[in-house]
Amino acid sequence: MRFVRDVWTVTRKDLLIESRTREILLTTMFFALACVLVFAFGFVREGRPVQDAAAGILWIAIAFSGTLALGRAFERERQGETLRALLMSPIDRPALYLGKLLGILILLSAVELLVVPLVALMFQAPLFDHPLLMLGLLAAGTLGFAAVGTLFAAMLVRARSRDVMLPVLLYPITVPGIIAGVRGTAALLQPEADQPMALAWLAMLVFFDVVFVTMSLWTFEPVMTD
Amino acid sequence: MRKLFTPLAVVTGAMFAYAPFMILDAPYESTMGLVQKIFYFHASCGMAMFLAAFASGIGSAVFLFSRKAWADHLAVAGAELTSIIGLIVLVTGPLWARKAWGVWWQWDARLTSTLVMWMIFNAYLLLRRYGGPGSERLAAAVALFGMANVPFVYWSVNVWRTLHPKTSVIPSLVPGMRGPFWYCVVAFLLLSTLLLAMRSDLERRRQQLDELYLAAEE
Repeated sequence: MRFVRDVWTVTRKDLLIESRTREILLTTMFFALACVLVFAFGFVREGRPVQDAAAGILWIAIAFSGTLALGRAFERERQGETLRALLMSPIDRPALYLGKLLGILILLSAVELLVVPLVALMFQAPLFDHPLLMLGLLAAGTLGFAAVGTLFAAMLVRARSRDVMLPVLLYPITVPGIIAGVRGTAALLQPEADQPMALAWLAMLVFFDVVFVTMSLWTFEPVMTD
Repeated sequence: MRKLFTPLAVVTGAMFAYAPFMILDAPYESTMGLVQKIFYFHASCGMAMFLAAFASGIGSAVFLFSRKAWADHLAVAGAELTSIIGLIVLVTGPLWARKAWGVWWQWDARLTSTLVMWMIFNAYLLLRRYGGPGSERLAAAVALFGMANVPFVYWSVNVWRTLHPKTSVIPSLVPGMRGPFWYCVVAFLLLSTLLLAMRSDLERRRQQLDELYLAAEE
């Protein structure tokens, strides 16, 4: 019970700061919009999007803006020298990790609320035809990405060249999850939606989530302890 | 290990010198002919890469949870070896694929997952080189994620339909190919073990030297 309260305390702190400045939310949302725009020029030919482009663009926009949000969320702790305070507070490391993760997840969900309808609109992609499966893919994909991202963003706070290192480490590790997300979404976007295929990719994503969350929880404590 | 090193190095050198003759004597594969011979080095390197990735991952896990210095040295050695042997795998593979499949590269599960694993260990090396002080602990977490990829790479060919042959080709090799293949596997595993030992030792001395420099300055 105390564990849940600790998790919520950390999350609430992040959300409170964010609600006052809206810095990460607004910049990340704008960045996601810019991403979609850039890709639109690459993958639309004679007014019509290339096949499967929408699925790829959606997930790349989420991954890129997710990296930005992760970097900023921990950069704030670094600038305020508050990470040490967080680590010294009487909170278990796993609770601290989950609290941070939850904050990032809420932020990314807000970004997705903007990006998903945008991609559906601009690329004529029927993203809302199978809302439950789509929601499952988005939730599972975002969780896996954010789980690894939170671990690496947190540990890179004290490293040199952290801005470059975060994507360098994060993309190779999370790419299996991104592939599953893209393929699952592409299966749903076919003229004849391939639900069993999407479900198979969703199962795969859930599997990755279990691996990623377990390993992150397991390594967070030794990595963040001096 | 130190006493065994020189004799083992001689044995490995001799094995590699003789390997081309064994491969030459092996029977030709009926459809692919001569190109198939690259298999003896390609698949052996794949196994050596798994060994190196495990060395790095296990070293990192021990280092993370017990802070033993030797484990960190093993982790660096493993990561560098994964990067080098992985490069051999990723070069010999396309050379063979160009002849056998008609394309250099195919985004199937085995090829993609191997590339991903190779990239994770290269990211490890980048982090260690440019991450500044304390990056060895951060890198250890990266190596753990890299090691988690090994079973995925191994089983990927059996789970998905891929152009890449399944793992079952190895037990089903014709008798004439079996000998040269396992010979090459042993040669590469031996070479990897020796390189791991040598690189770990080098890393230990390098860190000792760093500490001595610091002590001399103070």
